[in-house]
Amino acid sequence: MGKTLAEKILSTKSGTDAHAGDIVISQVDLAFVHDTTGPLTLRIFEESGFNKLADPSRAIMFLDHAAPSPIRPLSNDHLFMRRFAKEKGAHIYEVGDGICHQLVAENFANPGDVIVGSDSHTVTGGALGAFATGMGSSDIAVAMALGKTWLRVPESYLFYLSSAFPKGVYAKDLILNIIGRIGADGATYKSMEFGGEALQNMPVSQRLTISNMAVEAGGKVGLFPSDSSTREFLKSEGRGDNYQSLYADADASYEKVISLNLGQLSPTVSCPHTVDNTLPVNEVKGVKVNQAFIGTCTNGRLDSIAIVAAILKNRKRHSSTRLLIAPASRKVLLQAIEQGYISTLIEAGAIILPPGCAACLGLHQGVLADGEVCISTANRNFKGRMGNPEAMVYLASPATAAASAITGEITDPREFL
Amino acid sequence: MSKGLFTGSAIKLGDGISTDHIIPGRFAYLRSNLPELAKHVLEDTLPDFNSRAKKGDILVGGNNFGLGSSREHAPVVIKMAGISVILVKSVARIFFRNAINQGMPVLLCDTDKINDGDELEVNLTESKVTDHSSGVVLNTSKMPPLMSTIVAEGGLISYIQNHKDFVLE
Repeated sequence: MGKTLAEKILSTKSGTDAHAGDIVISQVDLAFVHDTTGPLTLRIFEESGFNKLADPSRAIMFLDHAAPSPIRPLSNDHLFMRRFAKEKGAHIYEVGDGICHQLVAENFANPGDVIVGSDSHTVTGGALGAFATGMGSSDIAVAMALGKTWLRVPESYLFYLSSAFPKGVYAKDLILNIIGRIGADGATYKSMEFGGEALQNMPVSQRLTISNMAVEAGGKVGLFPSDSSTREFLKSEGRGDNYQSLYADADASYEKVISLNLGQLSPTVSCPHTVDNTLPVNEVKGVKVNQAFIGTCTNGRLDSIAIVAAILKNRKRHSSTRLLIAPASRKVLLQAIEQGYISTLIEAGAIILPPGCAACLGLHQGVLADGEVCISTANRNFKGRMGNPEAMVYLASPATAAASAITGEITDPREFL
Repeated sequence: MSKGLFTGSAIKLGDGISTDHIIPGRFAYLRSNLPELAKHVLEDTLPDFNSRAKKGDILVGGNNFGLGSSREHAPVVIKMAGISVILVKSVARIFFRNAINQGMPVLLCDTDKINDGDELEVNLTESKVTDHSSGVVLNTSKMPPLMSTIVAEGGLISYIQNHKDFVLE
């Protein structure tokens, strides 16, 4: 019987003939931490008596959640992480370099890799055909020390995608739609695998948005096959040689197959206070918006900024709506500057934030006031997520967020396209 | 008390308790000061949780407990409040794994049958919960073998210090 993507990758990395349900010990190609889960990880590492990293080139630190740090204890956390990295010979990305998941996609993830990170959105790497999953500090400390981890091979769901996105509808709308349909626990412990003809016109940047939110349906991983789009992306990032074709077998066994016609989708929004509380944008039109936040590992790439700049060109943000733009990496910011998008956005009244997680976590750079509403391109909207339990967060595509920033209320982006 | 037997009072929560509910992101600057961080456990959801919770209490939740972030601080601050075991209808996978790594068992059962404040006895070996307040006896899930061993040995780090590697049975 054929294998799913999850079974194929874990068979190779464990050196066994692995099937869904098996427990395997897998080689780890990359283990990483960032600044709000890293300190605990590194302390556990030191207190456990581990002396060195299994492979310093495969253990990376990122300073992205507090970038730059707004408060002394986090600054001291950064100091600790820099010291650890220097002592152990690991690479550390500095504040302003960008969000960990974006940098992993730009610089590290390869098809067939096993990637673990102390962040739930590590699943983002699945867009490049890597078995990428989030774990806690203890697990990552052990993975960094031993170069391996234990995994239960997940059962797989196949999301069979056909047709193409209509105008004004994007990858974010697709994944919000999926999560709304199956629920926040609809794919718990499963490998969410994507296939179908729609992938032929789906560049990696869109796949990153989709994989990024697999965990919001409970998914263990969000896997795309590795195909010509993957090869193109890897080449553009200077890793073309790491390309390998990777598909599920035609006779692989899926626990569920869910078919989606992209042509039938419309702009979708997650309403407060859960990701799966989705509605078509037209059912929440008119909700006043105090802040529009565009960026994050979900939607902080050049293609999102381009869409937002196109909508905002020669227009201004609504006077009562703050507009925050946080490019996902230094590279994205530079490209956006070169393309003229940043000038356009500043002229529209946007605030350009440093490459990093920015307002997503509620730590800095856009904490909401009591009763305020934010429309955000991030991946979570739990109560208190953006720093204030008395505020409301709606999740949407960059286009929907941009349109809403102009009118000052939740707006269908197709009115501006 | 014998190993694998837990007795305590139930502190009951509803469905969908996320890691943002357990330990909100706005307190992330306290993550390197665990005693300070622990003061804010479930602050927005059950404001008197910290004053109520005593050593040995049992946290009872509904569906999809622990959904969201991989922050291990979530089970850590629950453990620091004195909670010994968590009973839920269903659990999000990263939280489950993190709780196990902290040596805290998470068991699935029909928690609708447990009321806030009930006196419970959880038997890990027999996969059973006895609610002494209502008289109800519930069957619970059994953790996979490797996870049971990790919990029995006090968490992942103890396990690795004992075995130096992962040992599959």
